[in-house]
Amino acid sequence: MGLKPLLEMRFPVQGNDFIQAGEASSRIKRTLQQIGMESSLVRRAAIASYEAEMNIVIHAYHGELVLTIWPNLIEIVAADVGPGISDVALAMQEGYSTAPESVRQMGFGAGMGLPNMQKCADELLVETKVGEGTRVVIKINL
Amino acid sequence: MVPFFHSVRLDADKCKGCTNCIKHCPTEAIRVRAGKAHILEDRCVDCGVCIRVCPNHAKVVHTDPLTRCKEFAYNVALPAPALFGQFAELSEPGAVLDALLGLGFDEVFEVPLAADLVSQAMRRFLQERGPGPWISATCPAVVRLIQVRFPELIPNLITLESPMEVAGAIARQQAIRSTGLSADRIGVWFITPCPAKVTAIHQPEALAQSSVTGAIAVSQIYGDILKLLPRAGSARRRLQASGLGLGWGRAGGENVAVGIANHLAVDGIHNVIDLLEELEMGRLQDVSFLECQACTGGCVGGALTLENPFIARVRLRKLAAQLPQVCSLDLAAMEEEWGDVFSIKGEIVPRPMTPLATDMYSAIAKMERLEIIERRLPGLDCGACGAPNCRALAEDIVRGRAEEKDCVIRMREMWYTRPDMEKAKGAKP
Ligand SMILES: Nc1ncnc2c1ncn2[C@@H]1O[C@H](COP(=O)(O)OP(=O)(O)OP(=O)(O)O)[C@@H](O)[C@H]1O
Ligand code: SF4
Ligand SMILES: [Mg+2]
Repeated sequence: MGLKPLLEMRFPVQGNDFIQAGEASSRIKRTLQQIGMESSLVRRAAIASYEAEMNIVIHAYHGELVLTIWPNLIEIVAADVGPGISDVALAMQEGYSTAPESVRQMGFGAGMGLPNMQKCADELLVETKVGEGTRVVIKINL
Repeated sequence: MVPFFHSVRLDADKCKGCTNCIKHCPTEAIRVRAGKAHILEDRCVDCGVCIRVCPNHAKVVHTDPLTRCKEFAYNVALPAPALFGQFAELSEPGAVLDALLGLGFDEVFEVPLAADLVSQAMRRFLQERGPGPWISATCPAVVRLIQVRFPELIPNLITLESPMEVAGAIARQQAIRSTGLSADRIGVWFITPCPAKVTAIHQPEALAQSSVTGAIAVSQIYGDILKLLPRAGSARRRLQASGLGLGWGRAGGENVAVGIANHLAVDGIHNVIDLLEELEMGRLQDVSFLECQACTGGCVGGALTLENPFIARVRLRKLAAQLPQVCSLDLAAMEEEWGDVFSIKGEIVPRPMTPLATDMYSAIAKMERLEIIERRLPGLDCGACGAPNCRALAEDIVRGRAEEKDCVIRMREMWYTRPDMEKAKGAKP
């Protein structure tokens, strides 16, 4: 990127841990609020990172969220060790979900996470390798 | 920006500097400094939690004494729905109206009746405006909470005034009409269960001036009313409000009165915060109407009430069941007569918490320092430093309003690692 990051913060996320779930993204939200980011940017970043965090909790084994603030953008990277996604285009479709019944009972698995990230981000990248893991990059312009 | 008015104040003589309030405050708005609690004005939403948890009764609410009525030629009392749930022996709610007149008020206007009208106005609003989700703006602590912590949800607020404000506006016009006095000679007094309503009177969010003159605490007037309550069966006045209007005093009552499908009622400020988090994350799309009340049990749980909120809630339900379930007043006719006293006319503005610094670069630099300091702190969240938790202390340090040695454990560490202490190993401080 050439430029130097202004701030970098890392938050570990544990797969299948529904008690801790949401903490990384609420830390990200709070951080951006305290820095004085505009509330609409904070909201977009919070929704996107929450969805990314929940996808690690629900679909992967473990991973982390990394918040990086660049002079011109907010970047959130959600990287995990997990099963990966075999068909990214399909996963990006609204309503597509492989979440098991037990998770749907908790109100997740509507297949809206990735589409929501897409809506909130100015740029969304999904890099994945089946059997290894997934890396989702969310970019929001300042 | 105009500074916040706050009804919740500290009685410094009574404050012992304990940590009860700082630990319970839902917006982390209290610090203990130099042995006394201080309220951070930009964060306080006047919810009243600190009043309830303070064992020394050092948190006081700035309300008006009954004697202030002397300043006015004509006085109207506005009893809140929650007031009617306070009395154990009350068999007829009308008796409370008699007692208020007995105390010297010239007229009484029932806030439950205004609640009936607001319910109708809300129903119309929700039908006209589509699926929402819409949040009721009638609990002023919730409105402030949204301004401070969830500014993105301001557009979801229903732009209708609270029953208190509507009652005040109609009562004042009625008084002018019946007495011929000028508006400034008429005192309109809300009998309040709620510190946030006191704030809403003195610094209304979207009005230049509230229609209500002042607020008398339920807890203060309770004894006077009790003495004057007539025996069962002898009440002269009857409540004009319906059971639904009276029901507004308890959690869920507003939902029932508005009677819209896909509604949700949540009470207790911590629960409200959790729910608003969900809403802000866009996860509550199937709800169209949200009743949020800062107090557990609804307004019967207000910090200025005396009765246990659960008992008051059941009592209110029983009283409400005796009343007719339809309102005798028609919204359109009332609007015709008194004008649009229902809509919130001004703007509800965001009041986000003060960022670490005004420009992003220095704020980020402070954020980095905050992280480093937080890692050095013990993570016990004990509150002995006067901040509610270690992270809050770290934040206070970078904001320049606390020092690392305010943490007792850090203080001891720093003492032992002083160069001279290293030499004199084993010596006690
Ligand atoms: N980190 C991940 N690892 C493995 N698979 C994933 C990951 N993220 C998403 N997927 C796959 O993509 C699908 C769609 O994801 P998306 O977030 O859109 O919906 P969901 O998580 O199933 O449901 P919702 O997000 O609405 O609760 C998931 O069901 C899953 O099969
Ligand atoms: S729930 Fe009622 S008493 Fe409590 S803060 Fe809100 S309006 Fe006031
Ligand atoms: Mg998902």
